[in-house]
Amino acid sequence: MSIDMKSSDTIIRPITNSLTAGKLPKRSPLWILLGSWLITAAVFLVLQVTEVADGFNLVGTLVFGTVLYCVAIYALSHMVEGARQAKDRLMTALVTAAFIIALVPLVSIMITTAINGLPAFITPTFFSSSMRNVVGAGGGVLHAITGTLLVTGMATLISVPIGLLSAIYLTEYGRGRLAKAITFFVDVMTGVPSIVAGLFAFALFALLFNDPGIRFGFGGSIALAVLMIPVVVRSSEEMLKLVPNELREAAYALGVPKWLTIMKVVLPTSIAGIVTGVMLAIARVIGETAPLLIIAGFTASMNYDLFSERMMTLPVYVYNQYVSQGVDAQSYVDRAWAGALTLILIVMVLNGAARLIARIFSPKFGR
Amino acid sequence: MTTTVAATTIKARQRPGDRVFSTASVVSGSLILAVLAAVAVFLLVESLPAFVAPDEAFSGETRNFWEYVGPLVFGTVWAAVLALLMAVPIAIGIALFISHFAPRKLAQGLGYLIDLLAAVPSVVFGLWGITVLAPMVRPFYVTLVEWFGWIPLFEGPVSGTGRTILTVAVVLAVMILPIITAICREIFLQTPLLHEEAALALGATRWEMISMAVLPFGRPGIISASMLGLGRALGETMAVAMVLSPSAEVIFQLLTSENPTTIAANIALNFPEAHGVGVNILLATGLILFVVTLVVNMIARAIINSRKAFSGAN
Amino acid sequence: MNFKRFGRTAAIAFVAVIALSSCAANEGDTASTGDNAASGLTGTLNAGGASSQGAAQEAWVAGFQTANPDVTINYDPSGSGAGREAFIAGGSAFAGSDSYLDEDELAGVFAACAPDTKAVDLPVYISPIAVIFNVEGVDELNLDADTLAKIFAGTITQWDDAAIVALNPDATLPSALITAVHRSDDSGTTENFTDYLAKAAPEAWGEEASDTFPFGGEAAPQTSGVVSAVTNGVNTIGYADASAAGSLNTAALKVGDEFVAYTPEAAAEVVAGSPLVEGREADDLALDLNRLTTNPEEYPLVLVSYAIVCNEYADAEQGALVKAYVEYMASEAGQAVAAESAGIAPLSAELSENVASVLATVK
Repeated sequence: MSIDMKSSDTIIRPITNSLTAGKLPKRSPLWILLGSWLITAAVFLVLQVTEVADGFNLVGTLVFGTVLYCVAIYALSHMVEGARQAKDRLMTALVTAAFIIALVPLVSIMITTAINGLPAFITPTFFSSSMRNVVGAGGGVLHAITGTLLVTGMATLISVPIGLLSAIYLTEYGRGRLAKAITFFVDVMTGVPSIVAGLFAFALFALLFNDPGIRFGFGGSIALAVLMIPVVVRSSEEMLKLVPNELREAAYALGVPKWLTIMKVVLPTSIAGIVTGVMLAIARVIGETAPLLIIAGFTASMNYDLFSERMMTLPVYVYNQYVSQGVDAQSYVDRAWAGALTLILIVMVLNGAARLIARIFSPKFGR
Repeated sequence: MTTTVAATTIKARQRPGDRVFSTASVVSGSLILAVLAAVAVFLLVESLPAFVAPDEAFSGETRNFWEYVGPLVFGTVWAAVLALLMAVPIAIGIALFISHFAPRKLAQGLGYLIDLLAAVPSVVFGLWGITVLAPMVRPFYVTLVEWFGWIPLFEGPVSGTGRTILTVAVVLAVMILPIITAICREIFLQTPLLHEEAALALGATRWEMISMAVLPFGRPGIISASMLGLGRALGETMAVAMVLSPSAEVIFQLLTSENPTTIAANIALNFPEAHGVGVNILLATGLILFVVTLVVNMIARAIINSRKAFSGAN
Repeated sequence: MNFKRFGRTAAIAFVAVIALSSCAANEGDTASTGDNAASGLTGTLNAGGASSQGAAQEAWVAGFQTANPDVTINYDPSGSGAGREAFIAGGSAFAGSDSYLDEDELAGVFAACAPDTKAVDLPVYISPIAVIFNVEGVDELNLDADTLAKIFAGTITQWDDAAIVALNPDATLPSALITAVHRSDDSGTTENFTDYLAKAAPEAWGEEASDTFPFGGEAAPQTSGVVSAVTNGVNTIGYADASAAGSLNTAALKVGDEFVAYTPEAAAEVVAGSPLVEGREADDLALDLNRLTTNPEEYPLVLVSYAIVCNEYADAEQGALVKAYVEYMASEAGQAVAAESAGIAPLSAELSENVASVLATVK
């Protein structure tokens, strides 16, 4: 590949040493940012005093202050350092702002969940009991945790091998129509609404077992696998594609069979990305409510058997606690938030474990 | 390509390992097609009665299936596109921040932080949308309508609860951020170091290096990440159902009480009480969503193919 | 192979979790006492239906399982329509439903029932529907059916509309837009609410009763969604099962010449005074609710939810379980338990007896 420089950059200019040319002092961005915030704060304060606005607007201050900063740093840098540096500074500001913006909902969700979830989360029964024979306050989430881990675990066991092998097929073997069809339809599959996946699994098993009221955990796993496979394929495929051909060719040149090349060279090189993809896929399905409501069902009791009877899962638990509240509504809402908190914590732990695994198995180089 | 290595003069020995492996990969690839075909057949069979359903099967003034599904298709695409418009630039920004701007030591932790967003189940997004986001943005909407009400998009009367399509789009954008970010980040990190260093050595600023080396390299990945995000936004059920104040009309206004609803949310909301042909009608809307996704993906494919991808593997 | 190792680790983790949590503290061998064993009931009962019954069913299931430790009952609050579909297909032992079986459904075959037998509707759940509102500075609100219909139909849009002021001369109503919140999902609550407006204010409402809300406006899913939209919004009004109203203010409805606030007693009273639907089997207790009552003891805006059971079950064991369980639901003890934890209005003694006598013939 070649880097096509923009024509404007190749225009011959009088030689100036850009290394010693005008440069803003090192800490200047920080001071400019603080300055812009102060200015906007002053403006909003004036607005408040003159009673145009009713109250000091902190969010407005931060937002408009940051906008002002972008303008200021661009203008200043343009004057001192030139157009190219100015653009660089502006983009740095924007990219950083994008990151901060994304943190706002994240922090907000985490805080909301933690605050609302803690009261029930720290009750002694929460992790040691199910909801069987519990009315009003008390009760726990053990049956739902078990169900979620079993159902999602089974879905992962089904979809990771299938998804990963398909991705390998697409990048390493696939040519022609089948490969094209798979890539295309995998994308289509991401658009299967989750509730349709549940209905499909339900119809499939109702037909297979001739039982119109069938509900069991494994059916939930199948429904989740339908949702999970495309995400696994899509992300693994992207990661496998990024493995440089030089690595493959070097392995072939040494006489390594293709399948060993894939196993020992291609997969380890991309394992970090693949694991991230699998984690995303798990996170995508572990919170699914609608399909599990239909095929895995709803129960207040423990069930360890994926293959018979209804199985409670955490999202269904959260949804149900939120939707059918009794007179003592607070304890239902508390349990809903605590269930949500548990779910998030489970995914966090899985995520951390996956990263650890990725780090252990991926080859050590560069970044 | 890689196969030509063996194909020239020396015939490569077909090892059993190779054969097993390639067969396994073909089988799982085909399995995906089979599953998808099964889902499609299931949907088709179940939706047939809906296409010929009589007037009485539909409530209100809707007379046939197409009148029923039209506004839903609009709402689905509208919400997803709004979400994508917000999410993609921010996701690319975050991915760049993590891969090229943040200090190396910080980057991993930051990536983990964003991945956490993916860990939040959609029910929680729904709860958060109702209890935190909607009340928070309402005053902002009021101001928006006051000042920019003359723009058709922001026309009033403003919603009394803040549970509008714009709020839903924000929730959806937050939901698809981690998917797009995670894939973009991995791709940006895979930019060949030589390209980056070459650009820097030519005197490019960091941004020039990114726009000349990193972004072109990652473009196909960005598009397919966005498509993955779009797929999720189109099919998202619970969060939309919980947050949106829906009605069955085509409405462009972003801030009123009446908003176009999405197919998936509509199924989730009305399935519990559906019976008889009502179930078929809802499943038929599911089929339409399927087709919408198909069309969207075809368009995306066309875009990718028109700017031929370049990546390590070809 | 790395992903296999990953799978193995995951499997080990799962096994570990399960081993650690071998049993829930509140389950297992709850050393059954003598009289429990006497009931002799064992097995699992799977049913589903109306989500309105969800909280009450939880209480009933807990009560019944405590008395019969060898029985497990699962009630899916999946919705009335889904519940009836599953019951007709034979996928659930009984159905909870906010509306009784219609003629088409009765004409069909019930897969769980013995050949050539039908199913009956038994009222087991009564809940007043409260009109909740959140308007700053207004704690009490009186409405009549006409005004209520106009508010929800969108013909009255301001809180200080003359019609509302006339009914509430003492209240300080703001000059603000009304945000009327209805259910966005199809629901029995909406059907009962629209049925009331269609009968009590036919001109102002102008629509028939239906489980889909016929007008536009603000909408939210489920009872809890409406409650939180009304709570978090400004100048809002909505309708919800009374047990979920919580600390929100509720409006009093004009019945006869008085304004009646909802109470469980007033709700039970209107149900007790309502006739059975005509033209059905004698043992079918579907009710034709008296929305036009002028008796100020009665609150006409109520929701009645049914348990739909077979006259005769194909599987006699299931029949015995359903019979025992539904008997418990309709019994005084069962109604009291649900009133306490789910805020239902207990069945009147007469209705309760009627249900019991129908159940006596179920096998």
